Amino acid sequence: MEVTTKSMPYEAWKDNEYIEKMVSELQEAGVNVVVGTFDKLINWGRSNSIWPLTFATSCCGIEFVSLGAARFDMARFGWEVARSSPRQADFMMVAGTIVTRMAPIVRRLYDQLAEPKYVIACGSCAVSGGPFKKSYHVVMGVDQIIPVDVYLPGCPPRPEAMIYSIMQLSRKMKVERFFGVVNRKEKQEEFLKAHPVEGVED
Amino acid sequence: MFNFSVLTNWIDNLLRSFMPEWLTVVTECVLIGLVLLLTYSVLALFYIYFERKICAAFQCRLGPNRVGPWGLLQSIADMFKMLIKELISLNHTDKFLFALAPYLVILASMLAFAVLPWGNGLQVLNFNIGIFFLLAVSSIGVLGILLAGWSSNNKFTLIGALRSGAQMVSYEISIGLSVLTMVAFAGTMNVVEIVEKQDHLWFIFSGHLPAIIAFVIYLIAGTAETNRGPFDLPEAESELTAGYHTEYSGIHFGFFYLAEYLNLFIVSGVATLLFLGGWMPLHFPGWDGFNAIMDYIPSVVWFIGKAVAVSFIIIWFKWTFPRLRIDQMLSLEWKYLMPFGLFNLILMAIIIVTNLYF
Amino acid sequence: MAQIQETIARLFPEAVITEGKMLEVEIADAQWHALAKELKENEALGFDFLVTIVGMDWTDKFGCVYYLTSTAHNEHISVKVTAPDREKPMLHSVADLWKIATIFEREVYDFFGIIFIGNPDMRRLFLSIDWDGYPLRKDYDESPEHNHFTTESERQSDFTTTYVENEDGTVEAKEVRVFEPNDFVVNIGPQHPATHGVLRFRTAVDGETVQKIDVYMGYIHRGIEKICEKLTYPQTLHFMDRLDYFSGHPYHHCLCMTIEEAAGIEISRRAQVIRVLMDELSRIASHCLFIGTYCMDLGATTMLFYTLRVREQILDIMEKTCGARMTFNYECIGGVMQDLAPDFVDDVKALLAVIPKNIKEYNKVFTGNVIAKNRMEGVGVLSREDAINWSVTGPSGRASGWACDVRKTDPYSIYGELDFEEVVRTEGDAMARFKVRLDEMTQSARIIEQLIDNIPEGEYCVKVPKVLKLPVGHWFRTVEGCRGTFGIYLESDGNTKPYRLKIAPPCLPAAAVVDHLTRGSKIADLITIGGSLDYIVPDMDR
Repeated sequence: MEVTTKSMPYEAWKDNEYIEKMVSELQEAGVNVVVGTFDKLINWGRSNSIWPLTFATSCCGIEFVSLGAARFDMARFGWEVARSSPRQADFMMVAGTIVTRMAPIVRRLYDQLAEPKYVIACGSCAVSGGPFKKSYHVVMGVDQIIPVDVYLPGCPPRPEAMIYSIMQLSRKMKVERFFGVVNRKEKQEEFLKAHPVEGVED
Repeated sequence: MFNFSVLTNWIDNLLRSFMPEWLTVVTECVLIGLVLLLTYSVLALFYIYFERKICAAFQCRLGPNRVGPWGLLQSIADMFKMLIKELISLNHTDKFLFALAPYLVILASMLAFAVLPWGNGLQVLNFNIGIFFLLAVSSIGVLGILLAGWSSNNKFTLIGALRSGAQMVSYEISIGLSVLTMVAFAGTMNVVEIVEKQDHLWFIFSGHLPAIIAFVIYLIAGTAETNRGPFDLPEAESELTAGYHTEYSGIHFGFFYLAEYLNLFIVSGVATLLFLGGWMPLHFPGWDGFNAIMDYIPSVVWFIGKAVAVSFIIIWFKWTFPRLRIDQMLSLEWKYLMPFGLFNLILMAIIIVTNLYF
Repeated sequence: MAQIQETIARLFPEAVITEGKMLEVEIADAQWHALAKELKENEALGFDFLVTIVGMDWTDKFGCVYYLTSTAHNEHISVKVTAPDREKPMLHSVADLWKIATIFEREVYDFFGIIFIGNPDMRRLFLSIDWDGYPLRKDYDESPEHNHFTTESERQSDFTTTYVENEDGTVEAKEVRVFEPNDFVVNIGPQHPATHGVLRFRTAVDGETVQKIDVYMGYIHRGIEKICEKLTYPQTLHFMDRLDYFSGHPYHHCLCMTIEEAAGIEISRRAQVIRVLMDELSRIASHCLFIGTYCMDLGATTMLFYTLRVREQILDIMEKTCGARMTFNYECIGGVMQDLAPDFVDDVKALLAVIPKNIKEYNKVFTGNVIAKNRMEGVGVLSREDAINWSVTGPSGRASGWACDVRKTDPYSIYGELDFEEVVRTEGDAMARFKVRLDEMTQSARIIEQLIDNIPEGEYCVKVPKVLKLPVGHWFRTVEGCRGTFGIYLESDGNTKPYRLKIAPPCLPAAAVVDHLTRGSKIADLITIGGSLDYIVPDMDR
């Protein structure tokens, strides 16, 4: 099965092996026709309506602003409804360095997002600590606090790269099962079990 | 002009021919409810798309164009997404009121929606205090907003709700005054009769100066009633994150979102009804050929077209003006709009008494 | 300078005075407060602008270097004060003389653990309340196990500590309440659309009226000063882009100039012209984004798209020459990284042609709007005295009538030869701060116009030794960043790495003054005022 989005040939994607592996895992489990069709409809809606949370800590956030502006115009894909309240957003673009003092807040924001929720680690700081690798106050990669779906390198990544990363996310949503048996929720639950927060039930 | 009551009467007779009286009434109620719900959601989805496209045009962008042809299916995709989003239940809140609030908001806008005259012979309710009923039910919405803000147990929502309360209660007066001005001019509160009185000339032309003043006041107050920019203080994004609906997720937030756009339609619909002749085509006395051509356009198209045109102006406000501050907003109402509205009512009375209208 | 030296020597015979590029005074802590009072209040001296306080750890003792400027006489002085006790370092606070010292001293306390006697608010500034140790001390344990990050919420306290000196010389700690128990405290930030990043205001409100604001910083504190001590001089440069990411060029310019001055490197005229061109281009881009985001904060979203149009055009020019859109890393020690792109001149000319048209459009769409006027005029008035006292420099300071443009007061690079005006307004409100920035775009365009046609030929980068070692000593330089006076303090012990690199950002005072400006105004005014001060959080947090 070739998973792709509008006006993007399948060959143009960079990591098709990953998505193929995901699809084959999902197909192994199997699902009945009614649920499967329903899933398709819902996934079409989900993958085409990805609302970001307005969350930015540093430079990458400014590129995210550029992404919304006329030249790159993320509104074309329907991503421009940036919600300030985490309850109403679908994914969180961790744009910028996450430091020790910010870590509990990022985690809280993630917990406040309504399911199904996704995370893009945007910029080398959020991916691995980036240029601040030697710092005493920087979290080396946001994946130590919250589960990450798409890693987007760059310092800061160009808006085109951001578009690509959200398209990758959209592609990922397309193959997942909402009603079906296997979905990313399991991995997420594993992660949250390994990184518990006091007073929060997952 | 095609009278839709022919169609509705035919359906009524058809149902009665094979059903008992009570079953007919029940079936008709269900049918009307379904049609209303469907129109309601389709209109809301259209409005969301419409605003996104317009705002994109103001901002030199393209707006949604990937999902479906010209991005037409964008808001439908949004709807599917919204339907399956998790409904977060919060600790330390009043769960009943928290869940009730979005329904109150959407109920208020649906009730108001039901009174609008859609076309010639196409209205759900035709009763003598139609416009009064419309004003009454549309103010239930503020109750929902206050409840939402209060029951969320969050300081931002509380401030948003209080702002909203102050704003809605104040601007209700101006809306009431300008509606009253037009009701005095029409001499009736019956929605159908108000429309029919405009068949030779729309009120905004026949009532000239006071009608135009009332229209402007109505437009400003109506923008404030719908919580849209530049009066979007209750949900001022840069001040209160998302205002009174900060804590709502999933379809509960969807209700607030839909109601916001539908209120926009209702406010423009009422403006159409009172000032722009409702579903009446554009007629000028003496221009018989022109009038005949205008009559060929169906009444529903006239109504929706005019309402959308008024909404366009309100959307235009939002994407042009900066937001007001709470004290400036209240002084605009109490110091300028309300005295003007009162003065305008007297002016209208003088004009009616002295027969100075067209 | 001689007269100042004389006055100080007469009043404080114990002070050690050395004359260099600026006067350097060394004095014991016991006399420091008296000297500070004299420096500020004696009219012949008039050092009313506290540029920065540099905390220092000289391994055997702690101390501070105060950089002061006299706005009336345009004189500079530095005062070095050392704390005698390494175990429990204490100095006397000057927070009663310069209001901004409250924040600067908190910063030094946070990094070095030096307690300031008499400072009303001795809390940590950037690091959380339970952080163990003082990171900029040379003996600080940096291993990640020590102070490991956590996802548990940070402990909150409504109290602060102040240290009072009794008459017998003993120092006593006292608890002071920040918020009363029945204050209605709204937490704005760190994740909030209007705080321009991750700044946090704990705001006590009464209805819609703001009563008090307690600013919390450090949600993007990356410890750049400490990392710099582990890197060689050329390696430290790239951090300048990541401080205030809108004025990466001026910041680079500052650090390069400091290092070049220390190493005695003369750069070519061509490199100087390129640097100034880049500075001014980034100033225009930065002010564009300011106007856009500020209007968006006030609710006029559409303006953002109109201003970003010009910014994108500038970023294109930058990208062609520097190879990046935001983090350029273009200026290097000895000049600039690469030569200008071949069509640089044409692109800049095309840009200059559209700028006046755009500024006209901004004025038409926003500045003349009656709602915008009502929102901004008379809101958050900062008087000239307060601006100096709080060290609010840059466009915000100039809007209060304080001519503080470093390009004019201490011309660096080739600014002395250029013909441009310093935009100064006297109203001091949010509208003035907005208009100053708008007018500065025109002035920057004027500078570019003068230079673009006569970029001299020559080498863009002079030869610099591969391994750069600076002589023992210390240097302090300021430049005019897009948001105000940006300073670099560099101390070298003769190695390839800086012994101490202190960054004095313009945004820290801008955030500190928010409380002073917003008291008694509405919540919406907090957004207006915060936006008009135009702070960048990663810049203040470093």
